[in-house]
Amino acid sequence: MELRGRVIKSGTASGLALVSPEPIGFLGGVDPDTGLVVERGHPLEGQSVAGRVLVFPTGKGSTVGSYTLYRLARAGLAPAAIVNAESEPIVAVGAIMAGIPMVDRVDITLIRTGDTVHIDGAHLTIDPNPQYPVSKFQYPVPDPQSPPPDTRYLLPDTHQEDTP
Amino acid sequence: MASTDLHLTAEERAMLAGEAGPGAQKAIEIVVALGRIYGAADLVPVASVQVSGVSYKNLGDAGLEFLQAWAAQGAQARVPATLNPAGMDLAAWAELGFSPEFARRQQAVVAAYEALGVLPTCTCAPYLIGHEPAFGQHIAWAESSAVSFANSVLGARTNREGGPSALAAAVAGRTARYGFHLDAHRQPTLLVDVRCPVRSEADLGALGYLVGRHARTGVPYFRALDPTGWSRPLGFSGPLQALSTDVSAEPDQALSPVQETPKVYAHVADGLRTLGAAMAAAGAVALYHVEGLTPEARSGAVTPPAVEPFIVDDLAPGYAALNGPATEIDLVSLGCPHASLAEIETMATYLDGRRVRAALWITTARAIRDAAAGAGLVARIEAAGGRVVADTCMVVAPVADLGFRSLATNSAKMAFYTPSHSGLTVRFGAMAECLDAALTGQWRGAGSR
Repeated sequence: MELRGRVIKSGTASGLALVSPEPIGFLGGVDPDTGLVVERGHPLEGQSVAGRVLVFPTGKGSTVGSYTLYRLARAGLAPAAIVNAESEPIVAVGAIMAGIPMVDRVDITLIRTGDTVHIDGAHLTIDPNPQYPVSKFQYPVPDPQSPPPDTRYLLPDTHQEDTP
Repeated sequence: MASTDLHLTAEERAMLAGEAGPGAQKAIEIVVALGRIYGAADLVPVASVQVSGVSYKNLGDAGLEFLQAWAAQGAQARVPATLNPAGMDLAAWAELGFSPEFARRQQAVVAAYEALGVLPTCTCAPYLIGHEPAFGQHIAWAESSAVSFANSVLGARTNREGGPSALAAAVAGRTARYGFHLDAHRQPTLLVDVRCPVRSEADLGALGYLVGRHARTGVPYFRALDPTGWSRPLGFSGPLQALSTDVSAEPDQALSPVQETPKVYAHVADGLRTLGAAMAAAGAVALYHVEGLTPEARSGAVTPPAVEPFIVDDLAPGYAALNGPATEIDLVSLGCPHASLAEIETMATYLDGRRVRAALWITTARAIRDAAAGAGLVARIEAAGGRVVADTCMVVAPVADLGFRSLATNSAKMAFYTPSHSGLTVRFGAMAECLDAALTGQWRGAGSR
């Protein structure tokens, strides 16, 4: 399957997809020394992001999370690439700082954990891997009655004074 | 959101392709990515940059390594860029009790910024030491209180940049044109009616806390906030100094010129600094307008929004939220945002012939401290046992490591951040109440008016 997204950080990468249906906050959510997702109750809790094509809707949390991505890269534990439905500044800036190829504006419901994903600029090639053991979560079905998503996290530098 | 990609000039495309070196390439990648995320149509050259993310306490080794690596890639600021406060006084750190290990790393951070071409001003109030953008100028500033002052009181145009994005704008010489760079986003979204007296800088801080909590990321428009009712700072007898805020200068957007040269007097400007810093901390307010006072409200560029007003008729809830239970005070911290010369003169006058029992730290910019020393103000404060501390700020310093447990301040911003950042118990009140606490070691202010 071929998909096309929008380039946030250009580059080429390949890896097995690790898909989260929920946003990821890197500061406090991913351990920069092990690469493991440590946020309590997160769908990816206990899994390593190292070398994976990390697929999630968008970032969340503290702006210092950009530096967590940088630390992961320094330790050789960074994701091979990042694919978002809609990018926000924390992960975008972190991906550029860390040199991690990143695209957004991709229908991430088409990608399943274990698929082999190849990224070249804005182009994604996805080879499904139906044998890969897929974890328990399912995508929530959008409710047309529900209010629009909270986009406050899209605002720059909220509540974080003198963040690096 | 815009579906077309943002427009880049030939020079910008070349920089993005790496033709200006890997340091500049990384910078413009960040600027372009943010432009795409926020749906900008293009980039805009910036006149100046204020960079945050300086305290080693917040930056850590990863931040330091990143700055050093970026500098090694040849990244250089192309426009004047100044630096936010560090985690310590860069000269007097040892006598103030900072550890040599912290000092070495903090000095390495400042050296890395200097290698990137950023001036090591280490102040949150760059506009007090000559880095004062003109009306209508596009800038890229981090540091929420300075963003608020530059946007609101000076009429320059900046978003609330983060540390890396501001640095990227300095190296790329431009930022993405979205948010507060655009006329439409500078219009007020919230109408604020102040129906109680506002008499001191602490009253302005309590007001800012209440409005900031309510406004969040909105743009407040204050009606009936009369600066003539603000007391002149206690003990201050000098002439009121006019700031050079000429709103007819360099309007590069379609803004109607104003008839008279407006004057924002120094003590009013100090009040607005306090108000803006509190709103930026308690909410994420980057821009506000005051009827008859701030330049875009005076010029008619913005008009009051047709919404139900948010009415403030009592400041007591603001004081209650910002006051902890401390009775004994270890540390009195004044100068958040960094103290002006007029404020330091007020404090020196109060302290003449007296002696402090608690530690008294007055934080300011190195250049302001030098001026205060030249005027004899530092010697008068030191004779009373107080300190005038440069380059740092008690919000970003490792203040708990210095052995302090309770802090009194006249800054709503500091009162808001200190419990979570440092774990100290905080008292918040007017400058006179804080100086009284410095003399007695006790909090005798009411904690509310």
